[in-house]
Amino acid sequence: MDEKSLNVRIWRGGAGETGRFVGYAVPRRDSQTVLDVVTQVQRAIDPTLSYRFACRVGMCGSCAMTVNGQACWTCRTHVAKVVGDDGVLEIAPLANLPVVKDLATDMSVFFDKWARARGRFQGAQTRHDDFARVSPDTPERQAANAGIECIGCAVCYGSCDVVQWRPDFLGPAALNRAWTLVNDVRDTDRTERLRAVAGDAGCHSCHTQGSCTERCPKGIAPTLAIAGLKRTVARAAVNREL
Amino acid sequence: MNAADCRAPDAALRDAVAQARRWYWQRISAMVLAVCVLLHLAGMVWAVRGGLSAAEILARTQGNVLFAAFYAVFVGACAVHVPIGLASIAREWWQWPPRAALWFARAVTAALLVLGLRAVWGVYAPGA
Repeated sequence: MDEKSLNVRIWRGGAGETGRFVGYAVPRRDSQTVLDVVTQVQRAIDPTLSYRFACRVGMCGSCAMTVNGQACWTCRTHVAKVVGDDGVLEIAPLANLPVVKDLATDMSVFFDKWARARGRFQGAQTRHDDFARVSPDTPERQAANAGIECIGCAVCYGSCDVVQWRPDFLGPAALNRAWTLVNDVRDTDRTERLRAVAGDAGCHSCHTQGSCTERCPKGIAPTLAIAGLKRTVARAAVNREL
Repeated sequence: MNAADCRAPDAALRDAVAQARRWYWQRISAMVLAVCVLLHLAGMVWAVRGGLSAAEILARTQGNVLFAAFYAVFVGACAVHVPIGLASIAREWWQWPPRAALWFARAVTAALLVLGLRAVWGVYAPGA
């Protein structure tokens, strides 16, 4: 292998013993992203490689993978930032999700958990009502705004140890979504949502390790959202409001 | 589908609310423990100045209601705080089922209360 070549190891096959890492030599280019590397392998070396991407510019959140052990958006991750001293780039599917094939995961369970956490806005007004006026200065709106930019890429979910230990744990993204709605003054489903995120499958399992916050490409802090949910839900539980 | 979904919704909700309450009491007991540990350490540093003997300890503790009350609160806070954390460890690291982890936690609570309060009584009771 010459100097201008990358030693890339890519997960092929299904999860666990049904798959394995396969090595590829990929030409090294300037400003090369990890997604560029995967695309190069698929287009020039092995067209059977399966992976998922759409926008290539960090808007859609579909290209998240595990690169050298850490979950990230491959389209916004430069090879130069993550390649090890040994020149090896290891690309695996997102952790904590079933593997469909190669680098593509089945994200159904991730989005099902958004539904379980009641991540859907429920309002009381109709299209015939006037706009709700919500001051951006209120603490509730600021708390909601802090988490509202999540695009559901599952980087946080793939980085969460608690999801690994407790497969029924809702995970950082679903809980962050629930927290934005708990702080939405227009929403009318608050009590049901607090019930949905209570307990060991919900916010109270979080150990505040902060991997989700550390890895979130959008700079969101699900750890803070979950801490807010813990306080709000526990207070409601102790006051017998649930 | 998660394990909680397989049960009746009421039972799952009761469990979740109970877990939320346990989290709350673990937080409250942690605050009590933070104060107790500081007082305990300060008390030890103060007590051992110039040496320490069993007779000296018992002279201070026997019949001392304040001492006994403080350590009874300390034991109580431990009995609340520790088992909740151990139940989480049992579930996450040892993969115990929820009910087994809960009974394990209850057994630890009982053991901490009996052993802890017996120890407090041992140094408080006159002539013990």
